[in-house]
Amino acid sequence: MNFDFSDDQKLLRQAVRRYLEAHAPLSLCREALESGQGVSRALWEGAAELGWLGAAIPEAYGGGGFGRLALAVIAEELGRCLAPVPFSSSVCLATEALLLAGSGAQKERYLPGLAQGRCTGTFAFAETPGQSGLDSVRARVEDGRLTGRKRLVLDGGLADFAVVVALDSGRPVLVLADLSGPAVQRRPLASFDPSRPQAELRFLEAPVEGLGGGDSAAPLIERLLDGAAVLMAMEQLGGAARALEITRDFAVQRHAFGRPIGGFQAIKHRLADRWCDVELARSNAWYGAWALAQGSVDELREAACLARIAGCDAFTGMSEDMVEIHGGIGFTWEADCHLFYRRARLLSAALGNAAFWKRRLADRMARDAA
Amino acid sequence: MDFDDTRNQAAFRRSARSWLEAHAEPRAPGDPGPGNMPESVDAADVAAAKAWQQKKAGAGWACIGWPVEYGGRGATPIEEVIWAEEEARFRTPPDLMIDGHRTCAPTVMAHGSSEQKQRWLPAMLSGGEIWCQLYSEPSAGSDLAGLRTAAVRDGDTWVVNGQKVWTSHAQYSDWGLLLARHDPGVPKHAGLTCFVVDMHAPGVDVRPLRQITGGHGFNEVFLDNVRVPDDCRLGGVGEGWRVAITSLMNERSASLGDGGVDQVRDLLRFMKTVALENRPAIEDPALRERWADFHARARGVELTGKRTLTALSRGETPGPEMSLMKLVSGRLLQEVAHFAMDLTGASGGLAGDALTSSGVDWAAQYLGAAGLRIAGGTDEVLRNIIAERVLDLPREVRADKDIAFKDIPAG
Ligand SMILES: Cc1cc2nc3c(=O)[nH]c(=O)nc-3n(C[C@H](O)[C@H](O)[C@H](O)COP(=O)(O)OP(=O)(O)OC[C@H]3O[C@@H](n4cnc5c(N)ncnc54)[C@H](O)[C@@H]3O)c2cc1C
Repeated sequence: MNFDFSDDQKLLRQAVRRYLEAHAPLSLCREALESGQGVSRALWEGAAELGWLGAAIPEAYGGGGFGRLALAVIAEELGRCLAPVPFSSSVCLATEALLLAGSGAQKERYLPGLAQGRCTGTFAFAETPGQSGLDSVRARVEDGRLTGRKRLVLDGGLADFAVVVALDSGRPVLVLADLSGPAVQRRPLASFDPSRPQAELRFLEAPVEGLGGGDSAAPLIERLLDGAAVLMAMEQLGGAARALEITRDFAVQRHAFGRPIGGFQAIKHRLADRWCDVELARSNAWYGAWALAQGSVDELREAACLARIAGCDAFTGMSEDMVEIHGGIGFTWEADCHLFYRRARLLSAALGNAAFWKRRLADRMARDAA
Repeated sequence: MDFDDTRNQAAFRRSARSWLEAHAEPRAPGDPGPGNMPESVDAADVAAAKAWQQKKAGAGWACIGWPVEYGGRGATPIEEVIWAEEEARFRTPPDLMIDGHRTCAPTVMAHGSSEQKQRWLPAMLSGGEIWCQLYSEPSAGSDLAGLRTAAVRDGDTWVVNGQKVWTSHAQYSDWGLLLARHDPGVPKHAGLTCFVVDMHAPGVDVRPLRQITGGHGFNEVFLDNVRVPDDCRLGGVGEGWRVAITSLMNERSASLGDGGVDQVRDLLRFMKTVALENRPAIEDPALRERWADFHARARGVELTGKRTLTALSRGETPGPEMSLMKLVSGRLLQEVAHFAMDLTGASGGLAGDALTSSGVDWAAQYLGAAGLRIAGGTDEVLRNIIAERVLDLPREVRADKDIAFKDIPAG
């Protein structure tokens, strides 16, 4: 047994962190948020050049072929700096969907561009507020044309194509839709975290092609969401750990009643509890990353839920305490606390919230135990 | 990253299992695990625990992580875990020697002379002698260094007077690891010395205490002019605190358990049987969410244990971060038991398992979990440890620093 990343993966982590420390200060996230752009092109191009976008893409398709554990490491580091880039949508969802189900021709067409950052993809699933299941899907495909409305598409405003969940003759399918054509309307939504933009997509008989064959895409969609949940949990872990570090440093430096506020037990104990949350999130996310890299669907079914639940808990709780422990300054626009507060909220909602993943975990475990 | 046994580990697991199969009965689903103490331990329990330990020792399966010279086999931390996993599949007597093996023994190994090690460790390993930990006192628990039990030198012996309390296993122990004050005239940590006390010596009086479970697990121990030979002193005079820290670290890191995964699994089974408004509790979405939350926390603790084990297997020493295991799982087990009892509505105010017959006594677990949050360091003390030693936040304000112990205000 060896529950740790390999030396190579640790070296990768160091390199990624060093690059991000130089090129992705929190001010980058702030710029993306304030400008309404929602993305840093420069960082995205840098990430592409360093091979991060194609980390899990085989070399034959222009990627680095480093595998999912490398992807997990990169996701965590991007999470630490609240990177304003479409990593989860394009790399963890669209690219993964193509890797899982794309035909040879589809892979050849899309993957090299995705690896180089020349094109970005996203994943379009949710339609009805409050519902995250397959049974809420109404978008339909008829004769290779997609009609329907997808709300809450992460980076839907900038992606070149989307992997869309729809129904074909009543059965769930995945299709690839080019988003540049006239049959697609995009409407930006007011994102709680404008450094991670969201959009609504309307398809009006847009031409699409199928992704993956088979009777039903349901298992494929489950698998795709599980994998993305693990990678997003790594991102959440990174954000939570960084928020804890910043808050801890503030608590040592800020004085009240003649001593550092970090000396008050109410603050110490709160941070100790948050540290525990972060460590539980780390253990669960690593386990998820292992299951994902291993390609063992059975273990991933449980591990993805564990990772996602612990990730939501840790980042949400930590970001709330971050604002609180900073006091008045924490409530200002100038302080960085709200960047974490916003990102934590957004990541908790994307991909189905914690409650969704909790029900999913209970359903799966109850079924497996039966 | 991998969770598989290596070839050597797999072979080790096979040989452990085949020995266990030949010498013990497999554990049935409802059987209590090895960590479950009976409400009260009787002579037959003690005899059974000693007999099982002897059997293991005879075959080289006792305290396998100890060095060969004391009867162990110098097994790796991972092999110790493999053995514990395998042993847990079998029906074994309650482990009455756990404090001795996991807490006292490492302390003797770290601080004892070679004669002391030869004298105590093999007998502890073979189950011949049981040990307890004489640390807490009526006015010194979290603030252990504030203890008052006095050890006064008299030639080649020490005369010990005082009272210890909450001492688990004392009623059937042969030896006690004692922390006492030899000098009240210096600051409190500096005046402590550690001894090993013969629990059968004149002046040692063990009186049972009844716990909130109704059972009798811990005791108060009165020490009245107990004479302890100087060769039973562990570590130097005035080094008691350093010695005690070794055992406290081992006590907290000893619980590399599964974090409550078993109990949460029992809860899932229970939720399938117990009916709420005419349907099984497991079918209620809100209750399912609560269950999943428990499971994610329990698995998180279990997996954190595997990270620690990985570090151990590389020769790293786990530090204060080990406090997480007990802090999270103590609270979790209490919540799980409370939740399970709540599922039975008004019956949740009943003791025992009378109405639900789930095979799990949630009421007993609810009582027991309260103790877990106190024993071996309370939740608050563990949070202080994490805050100060992991996060490096300022230490607690100390009103007793640099003051001779006898001048510290008390009440
Ligand atoms: C089941 C069980 C078995 C035990 N077995 C043994 C044994 O075998 N040997 C042995 O020596 N002891 C044993 N103990 C004793 C145990 O170690 C002590 O009870 C524990 O350390 C707490 O000390 P105390 O009881 O004096 O409580 P106190 O220290 O008086 O604590 C009371 C409350 O004050 C809080 N508190 C204390 N200091 C601080 C602080 N600095 N900051 C914030 N809050 C604080 C505590 O968290 C607690 O909530 C056992 C206890 C139990 C419950």
